[in-house]
Amino acid sequence: MNNIQNDTAKPLAWYQRAWQSDVCWSFRHTPIAMLSALVFLILVSMAIFAPWVAPHQPFDPSTLNLMDGFSPPMESAIGSGNVYWLGADDQGRDIFSTILYGMRLSLFIGVAAVFLAASLGVTLGLIAGYAGGWVDTIIMRIADIQLTFPSILVALLIFGVARGLTPPELRDQMAVWVLIFSIGLSDWVQFARTVRSSTMVEANKDYVQAARLIGRPRHVILRKHLLPNVMGPVLVIATISLALAIIAEATLSFLGVGAPPTKPSLGTLIRTGQDYLFSGEWWIILFPAMTLLLLALSVNLLGDWLRDVLNPKLR
Amino acid sequence: MLAYIIRRVFQGAFVLLIVGFIAFCMFRFMGDPLESILGQEATALDRIELRERLGLNDPIVLQYGRFVGNAVQGEFGISYRNGVPVAELISQRLPATLELALVSAVLALVFGIVLGVYTAIKREGWLANSIMSLSLIGVSLPTFLIGILLIWIFAVELGWLPSFGRGDTGSLFGIQTSLATVSGIKSIILPAITLGLYQMTLIMRLVRAEMLEVLRADYIRFARARGLSERAINFSHALKNTLLPVITIIGLQLGQIIAFAIITETVFQWPGVGLLFINAVQFVDIPVMTTYLLLVGAMFVVLNLLVDLLYAVIDPRLRVAKR
Amino acid sequence: MNSDSSDLLLDVNNLRVEIAQRQGTLTPVDDVSFKINAGEIVGVVGESGAGKSITGAAIIGLLERPAGIAGGTVSLLGQRIDNLPLKELRKIRGSQIGTIFQDPLTSLNPLQRIGDQLAETALAHLPVSRSEARDLALAALEDVGIPGAAQRLNAYPHEFSGGMRQRVVIALALIAEPSLVIADEPTTALDVSVQAQILTLLKDLCLKRGMGVMLITHDMGVIAETTDRVVVLYAGRVAEVGPTASVMRAPLHPYTAGLMGATPSATRRQGERLQQIPGSMPSLRNATVGCAFAARCQHVMPQCIDVRPPLIEHESHEVACYLHDPTVAPDGARHQLISSHGNSDGVGQ
Repeated sequence: MNNIQNDTAKPLAWYQRAWQSDVCWSFRHTPIAMLSALVFLILVSMAIFAPWVAPHQPFDPSTLNLMDGFSPPMESAIGSGNVYWLGADDQGRDIFSTILYGMRLSLFIGVAAVFLAASLGVTLGLIAGYAGGWVDTIIMRIADIQLTFPSILVALLIFGVARGLTPPELRDQMAVWVLIFSIGLSDWVQFARTVRSSTMVEANKDYVQAARLIGRPRHVILRKHLLPNVMGPVLVIATISLALAIIAEATLSFLGVGAPPTKPSLGTLIRTGQDYLFSGEWWIILFPAMTLLLLALSVNLLGDWLRDVLNPKLR
Repeated sequence: MLAYIIRRVFQGAFVLLIVGFIAFCMFRFMGDPLESILGQEATALDRIELRERLGLNDPIVLQYGRFVGNAVQGEFGISYRNGVPVAELISQRLPATLELALVSAVLALVFGIVLGVYTAIKREGWLANSIMSLSLIGVSLPTFLIGILLIWIFAVELGWLPSFGRGDTGSLFGIQTSLATVSGIKSIILPAITLGLYQMTLIMRLVRAEMLEVLRADYIRFARARGLSERAINFSHALKNTLLPVITIIGLQLGQIIAFAIITETVFQWPGVGLLFINAVQFVDIPVMTTYLLLVGAMFVVLNLLVDLLYAVIDPRLRVAKR
Repeated sequence: MNSDSSDLLLDVNNLRVEIAQRQGTLTPVDDVSFKINAGEIVGVVGESGAGKSITGAAIIGLLERPAGIAGGTVSLLGQRIDNLPLKELRKIRGSQIGTIFQDPLTSLNPLQRIGDQLAETALAHLPVSRSEARDLALAALEDVGIPGAAQRLNAYPHEFSGGMRQRVVIALALIAEPSLVIADEPTTALDVSVQAQILTLLKDLCLKRGMGVMLITHDMGVIAETTDRVVVLYAGRVAEVGPTASVMRAPLHPYTAGLMGATPSATRRQGERLQQIPGSMPSLRNATVGCAFAARCQHVMPQCIDVRPPLIEHESHEVACYLHDPTVAPDGARHQLISSHGNSDGVGQ
């Protein structure tokens, strides 16, 4: 993108410098990117510091006042006289606090799922791209077949199977880990495909051939030489995947097969809130839904921007 | 051409066999069929006898073969939850899902292509730009939120349309469908928009991206250099070349509608197979889950096959090469 | 050769093309002037990036944003065409100016029968019926020497070989009988064996119809065989203009001389190395104040770096070089130029 000079002395260093300055330049000149980064940072820090930020402890039954149930936003509740900024839900829990804790859970599941998906996808992609032959065929065949199905369906199936394998009494406790597992497993294909193709390109380059010739072990070549050079697109996919994972988690929880009501995520909050849509307690559903929207939108916009800057060809 | 079709059919059958094998593994190794059939008070002898009778002692390959054979004949076992043959459950629920999927697919296709072409041609226009920005929100918005939003506006606030269920069904060309009654049509509007919106956005963005790509092609430049009108260039040259590569992906997207119906059916309590499946996941009703998997797999494979055939018919390059 | 024909077809005057970019404005075509007469084949030659294709695109108004004409005029048969609205421009494209692009493999719509593409172009410009357009299409295919033209009308582009496709492209460009043809590297993508055929075809058709041709190429061999006059572009500026034979035999601009040295020719002795011009063309971003070639020129003088040399007339050529500016150049400079750049058999002495 930047000026094309015939600076052959240090191609990599020059490339990296241009790369970085381009990203920075674009970030400073894309108001949407800056705004979404700001929103995302605020949401994330609120989630991380939820125990300190939240005005109430929504999951400590001793602090709840059932008489505060359905208290509207910014009004003194009937029971305790507390003012709940965003209102209270059916059990008198402060919506603002439940959102903070819910977002915390949603983000944790999302990040962990993307981490799982990325580790799995990058590993399999590296192996498939470097080994080639039947290893490649098998891995990519599986990827193809999985890609035939929408990831939400794959996640649901994995969730169902994992749930079937966990003893019924542990199901609620294990729900979060089962969620991470099923969303992560449903989303590795994109990583694998991209890493595989860039590995195949990189593996033919001189430095890899040289490493191979001087007899570096295969795992060293993969880890030390190939991995750092295929990570660029992975960052982009991870960002977009994070948005997808957050939405997937919310969807599963909304469908009633995700985080349990005792430990709600944003999706669970929306699911419970839906019951009160007709009775007029709009705040129970509106604020969690807005939060989810802001979260998903800011990550998505960031991912979109990052993709445009780093790798316009990645679609 | 024939060789091409045959190869595609075999590929499809292979995918189905693998999906079938996953379904079989779930069916066979998860949950305990003995438990669900015999109940708590069964003796050890009963178990051994039933194992033998169900053929659970046979080699796995034989069991898989039997599973596939049964599936082909429409035998998918009995639901753990309500003791009804799964085939019966599915056949009751399938028409509702198909009808919803069909209406959504038509919505998604028509609006997706029209808006995609529009935003590509009027790349710099404010309306096209607003549509593109809105579409990004549309992609970010989880389907269930769209459904809830629509319910809130059109059912709760305005009270125009029902918020759940399928309405009455009537007979249209001998098929029982809710499209034949007023209440049915009213009921399907919101779910269909909810289900179709995401696919519509995707198709629109896809068509736009492809069309922009095509508009940069040499033959479009050459057409301009020959003094053809913008209309001829956009619609007779660019559009056809745009839609050709897009067909495959659009076909897959439409296939996903069936699966995404799970979410929409939950939001609107639409009595289709998706709702059935969600209940099955909640209660770990393995036979229903496996059957649903097989059903969706079969639909995807058939749809893929149709798309490939369509592609071969439209593209002259393929037509000649594969003849 | 027949540069005495006086009817002026295309007049490009001080043409300037700019590309607005975030780091600043680039000027890929800067103050370019040349003329093409009816029945004349003018070659436009230069390295890739010299601004040849952009000049061609600018003439028919096919520049795409952010590129655009920023100065100068383009006139066709005395009428200015650089400032026409798109609607008027469209009438000129195809009917008065035919265009041929480099790659015949991508110039044709892959999903449309070539008969339809031909007829469509005819219908766009000529007052003919559908069946008449069809007949024109057939005639056009026959003119470019496609065997079995009647059957080939119904064929799709992929059913033709590369050379045949370029014939179809030529038929498409010429079907409305334009007076000027802009051929942008028409043979570069083709096999060497086919190149000569296509050039001969183009030349014959132009002679027969009295068209003017602007032949854009980087290949001095093509220039030598095909053109009457040649315009040498360097870094978006005209370096030299003159009759082809004379420019080939006695180049005035050091860059042209280098270009000759870098072209393999049949007369070259066995084992003799091709001469190369040291260095490479300056990037568009590093715009030069003086002569763009100064950095690579063996005869560079102080004023070359400070002030851009104007295009001056010299011995039937036009050349932008102080070596031939009597007010600047010391005597004997030209002699020096030939001996250092020309072939060793003393060409031009």
